Amino acid sequence: MGERLRPYRVLVGSRMRSQTAYRRSFVSDVLGSVGIGLMEFAEVYIVFANVDVLGGLDFAAAALLFALANLGFSLADMVAGHADRLPVYLREGTLDAFLLRPLPVLAQLITSDVSLRRLGRCAVAVAVFAVALPLNDIDWTPGRVALAVVAPLAAAAIFAGLFVCAAAVQFWLVEGAEFASAFTYGGAYAAGYPASIFSLPMRLLFTFVVPAAFTAYLPVLVLLDLPGPAGLPQWLGWCTPLAALAIWAVALAGWRAGLRHYTGTGS
Amino acid sequence: MRLFATFVVLGFRRWSTYRLATVAGAFTNTVFGLIKASITVGAIGAAGGELAGYDAVTGATYAWLVQALVAPVNVFQWSELAYRVRDGDVAVDLARPADPQLMYLAGFLGRAAFQFIPRGAPPLLTGALVTGLALPATPLPYLLGAVSMVLAVAVSFGCWWLVNLVAFWVIEMRGIATLYVVSLSVLSGLIIPVHWFPPWLATLAALTPFPSLLQAPVDVLTARVEGTAALGVLGVQAAWLAGVLLLGRLVFARGTRKLVVQGG
Repeated sequence: MGERLRPYRVLVGSRMRSQTAYRRSFVSDVLGSVGIGLMEFAEVYIVFANVDVLGGLDFAAAALLFALANLGFSLADMVAGHADRLPVYLREGTLDAFLLRPLPVLAQLITSDVSLRRLGRCAVAVAVFAVALPLNDIDWTPGRVALAVVAPLAAAAIFAGLFVCAAAVQFWLVEGAEFASAFTYGGAYAAGYPASIFSLPMRLLFTFVVPAAFTAYLPVLVLLDLPGPAGLPQWLGWCTPLAALAIWAVALAGWRAGLRHYTGTGS
Repeated sequence: MRLFATFVVLGFRRWSTYRLATVAGAFTNTVFGLIKASITVGAIGAAGGELAGYDAVTGATYAWLVQALVAPVNVFQWSELAYRVRDGDVAVDLARPADPQLMYLAGFLGRAAFQFIPRGAPPLLTGALVTGLALPATPLPYLLGAVSMVLAVAVSFGCWWLVNLVAFWVIEMRGIATLYVVSLSVLSGLIIPVHWFPPWLATLAALTPFPSLLQAPVDVLTARVEGTAALGVLGVQAAWLAGVLLLGRLVFARGTRKLVVQGG
């Protein structure tokens, strides 16, 4: 097992060294990433400077929701976010090089670039999570403790799965890569707000088609023991790991179909 | 002046070739519009049906108009000049018998003119169907709004020009570009109207050109500001435009004096 993972360790290690080689530009990149996290939290702050409760959540609950959604997304973005650069790889023929190596192409694509600068955004999310957890009145049971640990990881898996789905679609839509952004970045955006403020069709879209509500809103309902809005019962919050498995099943099937469809640029 | 017009047309034509990308972008703007309109309307509902002068329909209209303007104003990305500085191609721009800043401004305006309808109409039509739009019934707000939109595009160019000029001194400008987009995203009213800000943040926003990019044109277009107040908003935009363009000229001149292009 260790021997089989060695190529990936080497790939990831080389990427990490190359990113940190230019100290000043790395620091400015990390600061930029912290800035993105802070800006997104500022948005929640401005809304709650005007209202006390939004979609059934108060500021502390909304901060918890923000932290879960943002931690999941920023982890996924760090590990797999560059998958949306696939059109560039397709155009430049980089993917052809991946095809020549005796390793799975998707594993190579994901390990080709782990963006360490995005640690900044993860750090903001972790900080908000650490502050928001004790601010909320949570009735801790072993199940809820487990969920609080598993939910961010499952959320990261869900967003990473979405990135792979988006990449798979790009084998057909090289020029239309932005279609997929509506679901990856749009999903991440929607995940940071209580699903109860969305109309019923949008709520179902961002739960059962793009499983964004599973990343944060549904686990928060369980943690705070709140009833869900129409169409989203609270118990769904326990199913977050299942949602991650489901999206990865779709992602892998889509990726295989996309790779079969790919015929190369002829370069 | 003729040259300027030619560059506007070239900018228009250059962008009109990316058809599928335009449709995809409009789709994404629309999906984000749905999410933003939901947040805005949700917050207005939570505040009791009215928040800083916005009711549900005017709040949703704000979100949709911002989504329609995001692409023409080019909020998220412009790094053409920075790449040309890095590759040394900027030497070619300097050799041309035309002012580089004005020619890039012309190209930027041409791109905006192309994107105005295909990127703006889909979110607005969706908004009209889903939430309804509150738009003025008299022609004056549209006339002033058109001027305000052109000013917004030009101010956006002036700001991006300055951000790109950093490339003369720093090789990798991604961190700086990120910081620019981050500050812009909050302070321009891209996400939440500037009128909702707590006083300290509103003051901070007023000290930057960012509200001139989105909040100002939407305020004028929806007749939230009218008459002399609207002219005042246009005046602020024009002042920022003059400021950022002038500063851009000075910095560009400094940068080119420092520039060493490797032979080839």
